[in-house]
Amino acid sequence: MASLKDVRVGETCTVSKLSGTGAIKRRIMDMGITKGTHIYVRKVAPLGDPIEVTVRGYELSLRKDEASCVEVTDVAKAAAQGVA
Amino acid sequence: MAEKIDIALAGNPNCGKTTLFNELTGSNGYVGNWPGVTVEKKEAVWKKDADVLFTDLPGIYSLSPYSPEEVVSRDFIISGRPSAIIDLVDVTNIERNLYLTTQILETGRPVVVGLNMCDLLEQRGEKIDSKRLSKMLGVPVVEVSALRSKNLDALVGTAVDSGRANKVAQGVKCFSPEVEDALQTIANTITGSCAPDLLRWYSIKVFERDSAAIEPLNLSKQQLEDMEKVIEAIERDRDDDSESIITSERYEWIATVMDACVVKAPGKLTVSEKIDRVVTNRVLGLPIFIAIMIGVYWVALVAVGTPATDWVNDQLFSDGFFVSSSGQAAFEEADEAWQDAHYTDQISGYIAAAEEAGVDTDGVQDAIDADPQTADDEATITEFEDAAEKAGVVATDVPVTDADGNYLDTEGNVITTLDEDGNPVLAEGQELDVLPTVTAADFATAVDSPEPDQHDYDGFVDSIPNAVTGWLTDAGTSNVVISLVVDGIIGGVGSVLGFIPQIFVLFVMLCFLEDCGYMSRVAFVMDRVFRRFGLSGKSFIPMIVSSGCGVPGVLATKTIENEHDRRMTAMLTTMIPCSAKLPIIALVMGVLAGGSSMWWVAPMFYLMGIAAIIISAVMLKKTKRFAGEPVPFVMELPDYHMPSIKSWALHVWERVAAYVKKAGTIIFAAAVGIWVLSNFGLAGWEGGDGSFGFLQAMDGAPETYMDYSILAGIGGALSFIFMPLGFGNWQATASTISALIAKENLVSTFGVLYGLGDATENSVSMWQGFANMFTIAGTLHVGAMCAFVAFNMLCAPCFAAMGTIRRQMDDPKWFWFAIGFECGFGWVVGLLINQLYELFVFGNFGFWTVVAFVLLALMLFQLFRPMPKWDEKDEHILDNLAEEPVA
Repeated sequence: MASLKDVRVGETCTVSKLSGTGAIKRRIMDMGITKGTHIYVRKVAPLGDPIEVTVRGYELSLRKDEASCVEVTDVAKAAAQGVA
Repeated sequence: MAEKIDIALAGNPNCGKTTLFNELTGSNGYVGNWPGVTVEKKEAVWKKDADVLFTDLPGIYSLSPYSPEEVVSRDFIISGRPSAIIDLVDVTNIERNLYLTTQILETGRPVVVGLNMCDLLEQRGEKIDSKRLSKMLGVPVVEVSALRSKNLDALVGTAVDSGRANKVAQGVKCFSPEVEDALQTIANTITGSCAPDLLRWYSIKVFERDSAAIEPLNLSKQQLEDMEKVIEAIERDRDDDSESIITSERYEWIATVMDACVVKAPGKLTVSEKIDRVVTNRVLGLPIFIAIMIGVYWVALVAVGTPATDWVNDQLFSDGFFVSSSGQAAFEEADEAWQDAHYTDQISGYIAAAEEAGVDTDGVQDAIDADPQTADDEATITEFEDAAEKAGVVATDVPVTDADGNYLDTEGNVITTLDEDGNPVLAEGQELDVLPTVTAADFATAVDSPEPDQHDYDGFVDSIPNAVTGWLTDAGTSNVVISLVVDGIIGGVGSVLGFIPQIFVLFVMLCFLEDCGYMSRVAFVMDRVFRRFGLSGKSFIPMIVSSGCGVPGVLATKTIENEHDRRMTAMLTTMIPCSAKLPIIALVMGVLAGGSSMWWVAPMFYLMGIAAIIISAVMLKKTKRFAGEPVPFVMELPDYHMPSIKSWALHVWERVAAYVKKAGTIIFAAAVGIWVLSNFGLAGWEGGDGSFGFLQAMDGAPETYMDYSILAGIGGALSFIFMPLGFGNWQATASTISALIAKENLVSTFGVLYGLGDATENSVSMWQGFANMFTIAGTLHVGAMCAFVAFNMLCAPCFAAMGTIRRQMDDPKWFWFAIGFECGFGWVVGLLINQLYELFVFGNFGFWTVVAFVLLALMLFQLFRPMPKWDEKDEHILDNLAEEPVA
């Protein structure tokens, strides 16, 4: 199962399941990453972590550890910039 | 008179809530912290009607039980029961904003939704149907612009009407039929246990198994077990936990609202995205960050902040200043000429020569120095002059000294070695700079040439302490009162006021970086580095600022996003040497290197500070206080925007005013306290009557009267603590205590205690005195000296910084923990330095060496042991409703 951590910059994906528990899982969901959400991975920080994604029309940053709690499918190259 | 009404402002971070609050209230509010947490609380009345009180809730994304911001918000709404809630929604980000709205609608309060930034939405070519939205949410919806002050009266008016009529929001039926059925079953079970308004809220919280939220219901075991079955059935059916089901279904419902009410335009790159592509670019991100930090540092500490603060401290509160540049130039010229003539050296040299020739010199120097000179003094001087002239005294080879009282060689360099009597020791090829002869006539000229006085020149404004001393003396006030007012009160207030320019300049910049959206990018760029140490990417800013002054440094922790990081940074950031610690560093450099070019000594102290922070952070991260559930770093990166001048100015004002009010009172009290300790005591000197009183004013009080003060007594009583560190004498302890007022006081107190008069950190005699303190049987114990300095660098900062930490922590337990840790850590570092140096250089081994090694081993253990495994048990959301509650 691929996780959001493995999605490369410039690719989009769809959330299939959230693992993890507690504050981190709840926070990820509160920020709008729920089952079926489309995510576009916009960039990686200069030091390689965290990553920046576009979700529900805004920019979100999360650490790679946290991204590994998000299981995704349909990983594909984004058609154009700014599409989420 | 209308009835009072209180309205809570809720909304996501960056939705314009602060701007709205400022627009509605101006700056008449109360700013403090929510009880027990480092989260800011703001309250103020409406500009147009003082009966309407607004409470600004922290910016939140959800009413979950995890972050302190969310907990205080939901506690306020559920227990505080405001009359109405204004929920501000950023329409450019409406999907995520409505997620919070769905939860607020369930809290059983009258709610009005404000749609902010509709103008921006139109620019993008998008449209929103607010009538339709209002119908779907079941509450009034008002389109506003907080930035342009548009429609705000309508928004507040609607909220006041709803509040007065108590038109409680019913909440939206946003869940799927099965979940709604389950919620209905739960509602039937708990009905009667709570207010009818809150039935929907509690039903959902029970469904989520939110332990803290449902605690007030006091449900019986039977009830809990029944409901648990209902929840489990749904969870099995969906193959998901109840919390996730609720969250997902809220977002699914919002998607239907979006389809019905919002017309989206095709996405294109906005200006903000274009900026961000450069600023957080993989290659340019770090250089840009460093450039901005250097910019902040330079403006705050080099160009504007420090000069302004120095001006307040050195001119306004110390020497006075000129408002006329010609007056200043004239004074400086006269002063320079006076220095070059070496009149003081002529006088002391001539008196010494006269004494050698057998002339009575008793009291002559004092008579010359006396200000103002009495008739007696003048008579003494004349008598001496006559006697010396009669004896034909001519002084030869009188040594020349500089303004710090140091001897000079013929090249103009300071002679850095003195023998035990304080006479210069010359290196080979070095020649003492001397005045060849001083005759009686020269002496008379010297005596008649007093040091130029600034007061005699045009445009001089006296410093506040001098002016006040003058007034009080003219008014015939007693010495105790003068000393209390000038040294205690004005000294204390001055140390508070002195920091204001620096804090102001700093916050002008930090508030801009925060308001425009760059601050979250700082966290994004630096997170990788800092989270290893349990700190935030934003901890970098307080540390840089602290190298200038710890007070704004601690205040700058406000921008850090999570509570643990905020507390950790506020505790540790003052370990970076601030500018007030520079004189101490200069002193050590003087002793070790004679002030010569050992350039690496000063950077060593900064390195020590950085190492101390990293080591402390790594150790503390594994303690119970800071360990615990990892805090998520899932963070919004808001769009860049230009903050309005008004809200920017208010933001700065809030921060500065908070410092003055909270920190000011503590600093003031502490400064007066230390003044009492160092000025009162028992007259125990030779000829003293042993009574208690104000020392300076007592009969025969020596210049070193502080030796007999309460401070000296406390220093003596406490000095055993520092015995193992190698500086267990009371002077070192007393200097350390007085350094709490301001770190640079260490040097001046030290000078007073050793009777070195006006010697400064650049005076050779001061280096000598300082070295003597650590010299036992003729050997300088460098380890003890370094231990002393290390302790003073790392232990509790000055009162100004402590007051700020106190304000920032807003919790006495945390404050004392912070101060205790700093002192303890400083002590251990001092112990290690002293004991290891003694062992390796002198081969001394004893009880404390063993202690040092044990402590070192413990530190290493704490540093390198793996992070204690966080117990995966979630106390906020239970696995099973019927389980025993966690104690």
